[in-house]
Amino acid sequence: MNWEPLFLTFKLALVTTSILLVLSIPLAYWLAYTKSRLKPVVETMVSMPLVLPPTVLGFYFLIAFSPNNAFGNWLNQWLGIKLVFSFTGLVIVSIIYSLPFMVHPIQAGLSGIPVSLKEAAYVMGKSRFSTVVNVLLPNIKTSILTGVVLAFAHTVGEFGVVLMIGGNIPGQTKVASIAIYDEVEALNYAAANFYSMVLFISSFCILLFVYLINGGYLKRFWK
Amino acid sequence: MIDINIQKILHAAQGEMLLNLNLRIEPGDFVAIHGPSGAGKTSTLKILSGLLTPESGTISVNNKRWLDTNKKINLKPQQRKIGYLFQDYALFPNMTVLQNLEFALSKNQNKSILSELIEMVELGDLQHRKPDTLSGGQKQRVALARALVQRPDILLLDEPLSALDMKIRSKLQDYILSVHRKFKLTTILISHNIGEIHKLANKVFLLDNGQVTRQGSPTEIFINQKISGKFKCIGEVLKIEQEEVVYIVTVLIQNQVVKVIAQATEIEHLQIGDQVIVASKAFNPIIYKVE
Repeated sequence: MNWEPLFLTFKLALVTTSILLVLSIPLAYWLAYTKSRLKPVVETMVSMPLVLPPTVLGFYFLIAFSPNNAFGNWLNQWLGIKLVFSFTGLVIVSIIYSLPFMVHPIQAGLSGIPVSLKEAAYVMGKSRFSTVVNVLLPNIKTSILTGVVLAFAHTVGEFGVVLMIGGNIPGQTKVASIAIYDEVEALNYAAANFYSMVLFISSFCILLFVYLINGGYLKRFWK
Repeated sequence: MIDINIQKILHAAQGEMLLNLNLRIEPGDFVAIHGPSGAGKTSTLKILSGLLTPESGTISVNNKRWLDTNKKINLKPQQRKIGYLFQDYALFPNMTVLQNLEFALSKNQNKSILSELIEMVELGDLQHRKPDTLSGGQKQRVALARALVQRPDILLLDEPLSALDMKIRSKLQDYILSVHRKFKLTTILISHNIGEIHKLANKVFLLDNGQVTRQGSPTEIFINQKISGKFKCIGEVLKIEQEEVVYIVTVLIQNQVVKVIAQATEIEHLQIGDQVIVASKAFNPIIYKVE
């Protein structure tokens, strides 16, 4: 059995989720507390991947990153980065594609915290950063966990966008979802079943773990 | 001395309202702010602590400018030395009682104040519990201790006792009064309870629709001066019952139940739950020492 596509899938999901976590906390914080008029526009941008067909996103990335275009050419010439049909390109697209799945739970978590907690910390002389790290984030652990797992699972489940921008290069961009499609096309059902089963079971376990934690079923095992 | 002179437009349920305040509070005062809901009481405390910025005005505390909209001075909440007791306690759920107090320490502050405060509000047994496991009164004691960790000059209390029952309430009032004296605080209390204001405050601002309508001592504000009573207590009517030709009114004064005889004309406007004064004119009360 070839484990490479599965390995690549989880590597992509791990890298994407880690970068997303770092990006989403400030973004969700801004969305939760801002009074700016730009808020609805930014919220819409963040949520667009929820409604757009992945092919639309993939198509525009393909155009933008193509070395035949000014931007793609500039990246290639000056930074030596080729984003089309490469793992780096996949990571960037996945970040945008899974952004709402990470931002929304964190934003909802922050909005659910009573404002007085933040105010109490400020009155004590705590900086905004200290308040976020010591007061706000520890109290939305379940929201962060939900965001992390949803973003991870959603990246694992990507297909259209990867197909558009990543192509099907073994070891580079051939993730499990693409591999399944490939094997079915080749009527190689045994291999397709192998990839599918691994994805099915691992996704089930990840989601079950989240529901167990957020439902408080595991509480008696610690504390 | 605290001088507040501010204007702020508040968006209340009934529409926009102008909060226009001109207050002067002396050091060591215990001030109560009393008034209907939505009058701007909480906003006043938030403006003083810097959590809310008014459209225009000045705030100076002990001759130091905290806010001057003309000169663009506006100290952040972090820079104002204030202890704030929130209506919902605002304890951090992720920290134990002790950690809540420790977090309130400023940089390089000596930790000895913690044990002093813990002893003062009798939290010794609860130190390692999380706030979720505490009762309302216990939470309030933690919040009070936490507000005092940085030894502020000013203590703001936003209806801190409204959710507590009478007995615990009375005990917490004693705590508040003792810390007010011990730390030589200037305290501002929002309260709906006239008895509480009488017990704690030496000055009252009546706030209505964003304006201070009256100010003075609690006696001047709440007690009809026509009664020249020697002996006065504020209480709440619990029961009114008819007995032959007179009525017996049961009044709760602090946590004591007292029965008073009244004529039909006297109880005409009385309802259960009303705040009343029980006064005696002609007789001298007798004092016994409680052994």
